[in-house]
Amino acid sequence: MTARPAEPGSAAGVSTAEPVIVAALGEIPLGEGRAYAVGDAMVAVFRLRDGSVRAVSAVCPHRGGPLADGQIDRSVVLCPLHLNAFDLTTGCSLSGQPDLTVYPVAVDDQDRVVVSPPVLSPPVPSPVPSPGD
Amino acid sequence: MPQRLVVIGNGMAGARTVEEILARGGDFAITMFGAEPYGNYNRIMLSNVLAGVEDESGIFLNDLSWYADNGITLHTGREITRIDRFAKVVYDADGTATGYDKLIIATGSRAFVPPIPGVHRPGRGYHQGVFAFRTLDDTRGMIRYAREHQRAVVIGGGLLGLEAARGLQNHLPHVTLVHSAGHLMNAQLDEQGGNTLRRSVEALGIEVITGAYTTEILGKHTVTGVRLRDGRTVPCDVVVLAAGIRANAELAQTSGLVTERGIVVDDQMRALDEPDIYAVGECVQHRGETYGLVAPLWDQARVLAGHLTGADPHAAYHGSRVATKLKVAGVDVAAMGLREPERDDDETLVFAEPARGVYKRVIVRDGRLVGATLVGDVRKVAFLMQAFDRGLPLPEDRVELMFDLGAPSAEVSAAELSDDAQVCNCNGVTKAVIRDTVQAGCKTVTGVMDATRAGKGCGTCKGLVAQIVEWAAGGEVEEDPAASWYVPGVPMPKPELMRAIREHELTSVSQVFATLAPGGEEDARSKMGLASLLKMMWGARYVDERDARFINDRVHANIQRDGTFSVVPQMKGGVTTPAQLKRIAEVAERHQVPMVKLTGGQRIDLLGVPKEKLPTLWAELDMPSGYAYGKSFRTVKTCVGSDFCRFGVGDSTALGIAIEERYQGIEGPAKMKLAVTGCPRNCAEAYVKDLGVVAVEGGRWEIYVGGAAGAHVRKGDLLATVDSPAEVITLTGRFLQYYRENANWLERTYAFVPRVGIERIRAVVVDDADGLADDLDAAMDASVAAYRDPWKERAEPVTPGQFRTSLPLTVLPQVPVREETRP
Repeated sequence: MTARPAEPGSAAGVSTAEPVIVAALGEIPLGEGRAYAVGDAMVAVFRLRDGSVRAVSAVCPHRGGPLADGQIDRSVVLCPLHLNAFDLTTGCSLSGQPDLTVYPVAVDDQDRVVVSPPVLSPPVPSPVPSPGD
Repeated sequence: MPQRLVVIGNGMAGARTVEEILARGGDFAITMFGAEPYGNYNRIMLSNVLAGVEDESGIFLNDLSWYADNGITLHTGREITRIDRFAKVVYDADGTATGYDKLIIATGSRAFVPPIPGVHRPGRGYHQGVFAFRTLDDTRGMIRYAREHQRAVVIGGGLLGLEAARGLQNHLPHVTLVHSAGHLMNAQLDEQGGNTLRRSVEALGIEVITGAYTTEILGKHTVTGVRLRDGRTVPCDVVVLAAGIRANAELAQTSGLVTERGIVVDDQMRALDEPDIYAVGECVQHRGETYGLVAPLWDQARVLAGHLTGADPHAAYHGSRVATKLKVAGVDVAAMGLREPERDDDETLVFAEPARGVYKRVIVRDGRLVGATLVGDVRKVAFLMQAFDRGLPLPEDRVELMFDLGAPSAEVSAAELSDDAQVCNCNGVTKAVIRDTVQAGCKTVTGVMDATRAGKGCGTCKGLVAQIVEWAAGGEVEEDPAASWYVPGVPMPKPELMRAIREHELTSVSQVFATLAPGGEEDARSKMGLASLLKMMWGARYVDERDARFINDRVHANIQRDGTFSVVPQMKGGVTTPAQLKRIAEVAERHQVPMVKLTGGQRIDLLGVPKEKLPTLWAELDMPSGYAYGKSFRTVKTCVGSDFCRFGVGDSTALGIAIEERYQGIEGPAKMKLAVTGCPRNCAEAYVKDLGVVAVEGGRWEIYVGGAAGAHVRKGDLLATVDSPAEVITLTGRFLQYYRENANWLERTYAFVPRVGIERIRAVVVDDADGLADDLDAAMDASVAAYRDPWKERAEPVTPGQFRTSLPLTVLPQVPVREETRP
């Protein structure tokens, strides 16, 4: 399974339909974040000090700051440019900015970080045929 | 079985009334309905949210736990559509019925949308780009849209319009305010006051057009401009309507209650002819008046709560005398009573100083204050409001109504205020309430503000609240503990924190959180301060966790607004060589560095370098880091000194280089900028540095500390005059170490020196009154010895992906993860 650019003709904004392996867990230092391209989207993946991972859209909605360069704790990331704070689990802005997109993210049995497409709300019909087709 | 109380409306009026009822021990089963999907928030603060000075979480008044704790059933996002006043039942949109014994209507008001062609698009609500400014959702939508556009027109030059215009300036470059009356804030200010305000607002970069009716909003799909009645068009892509408010009285009207401009109520806030239905707030019309400010609403809430609970059987509302004190678009404005004199024998005092944006007018009738307008300077407002409210006798010398002559002290004015004088007009808090809170044991300013909400509205009264707390505590006012914490996530002031760190031998930031933070919780905002402190305390024993560092300290460069970095090589004392310049030029050219700039600290700045290129640049430059990024020793600026300058009396360049050589890169609570200048002409600006050295005649050197010439300008205090460069270097180290050990996080020397006092600092650093000098020198020696040039950290990344880009600006390596390269 590999990441790839969105297929021509796929719905705008829907970056990829399948989970993507972005990195080996060891490539993200404890307590820091790294940015990855997932299809058309930029995703900042953070490895919390408790060992869990979080993934949110990588660009601060305030002035475009690189969130993967931000400092984190168990609940928030601070944008390095103006210290806007975002909840890492919900993506909610804690400082009056638009919210971030949250990407479901997990570590698989080979210690690889797997990012899934965002859960869109309201749900839109998937433009991608199911694997059984 | 308690009575069932239903409240329609979860805004400031509804929630405040319920609070007042609870405070009187009212025994009701309370159900509240709010149309907005949130808890209740301070609508006044929306302009701060728009201006970006307050975050959304800061404006909520009661969180959801408050409702639960008080046994209140809260339905948010549910609108009541009908009241059956005979069956005593309310119905919401999907037909759910809720019965009541007593009903309070607090539906508030909405933005008035003038009937201008083009405001709406059939079937689509507002035209794209048109916004009202009333709710949190309005504000969010406006911010989001404005960011992507260039020009906004705000229709309405009252309070709300001015706030909207000022707030929008944070999100787009051009803001025009269009107001139909002849001058701004015409409901509160006279013409000259309005014009004074206008000049101040224009000075902020807001274009103001008065006497202008908007006749049409232009644009087919999205807004392209507005047309005025005189034929002018103002091009724009955002329109904000702030043309006043209208009471939300439709629900009451369709349910058969008497409504005019609002729901008509009697002196007990009871709807006309309805024994069990009450109304409160901006949806109400009382004795012919509707109110759009918050203070009358608090009065109404108190009366209604007193009446409903029976706590005050004689509670009656007689209307409010509206006196307002506001900060409008950054300008202080206060207005009360008459705008203009009405009778021939009304005394009028006017003071105008247009250049400073100050205008004051006071109107006196029969020795009593009947009106006042203040713009730009509202220092006398507390006294004037009290005189206006209570009809107090006025000073013989009328000019004292406008100015403090002979400047009575603040304590006197706090003591002079009467008990029922309203201090906080946003939240309706009187001096007596503040005094009682202090006397009940709450002796911190922030504690009193939290307990009473005084100062939690627009914030302009914070100074007065602090004065009253001070007065009420009789000089025993306590510092807010949190204000003294070194970092927000560990509740200890610096000395206590340092003791605890030593006692538990905490050598890493994560250990500090685990041992000293409440619940062992990490706090992102505290990491950088703790990392700096631990490094200062432990030197080589410090366990460096890279995630505790700010990005600048992770990659040894200063992050720029576009996410690239700046590279500033060390250039001691601002002295360079042709060879060094050549090499910098070659590297800059080779890597097409977008900007090469001379810094204020006499160095060369290569701006716009992508993170992933940093190690390459350092390697090719092969110069030490200039530390133009850290909370650390930055640079020593020098003049050419005695070598070349015909005025120079001391070799400032050599001394500057020696100081920089020794103290390069040491970290501190904030950045440290130094200078050495060769004579008192001060070409190196040494008087305004964290530490500045000035050569004076006779081979002597003056050392100044605590200077600044940034956002804050301060001339440093003279610490000592010494005879040799060696003494300068020693005292510099000792002062910097004393500062490192005792200053709060991010406290620059310009704040630290006056806080501690130059005499005290001189006693410790120069006279060694406490016997600390040897320890300070030894600690500084250890830090100096621990110095390593961070730009040597380039052959191998210290952490995986240390220099990996985080930027979306370039096309990233699309992640096909090459399985074969995985470990």
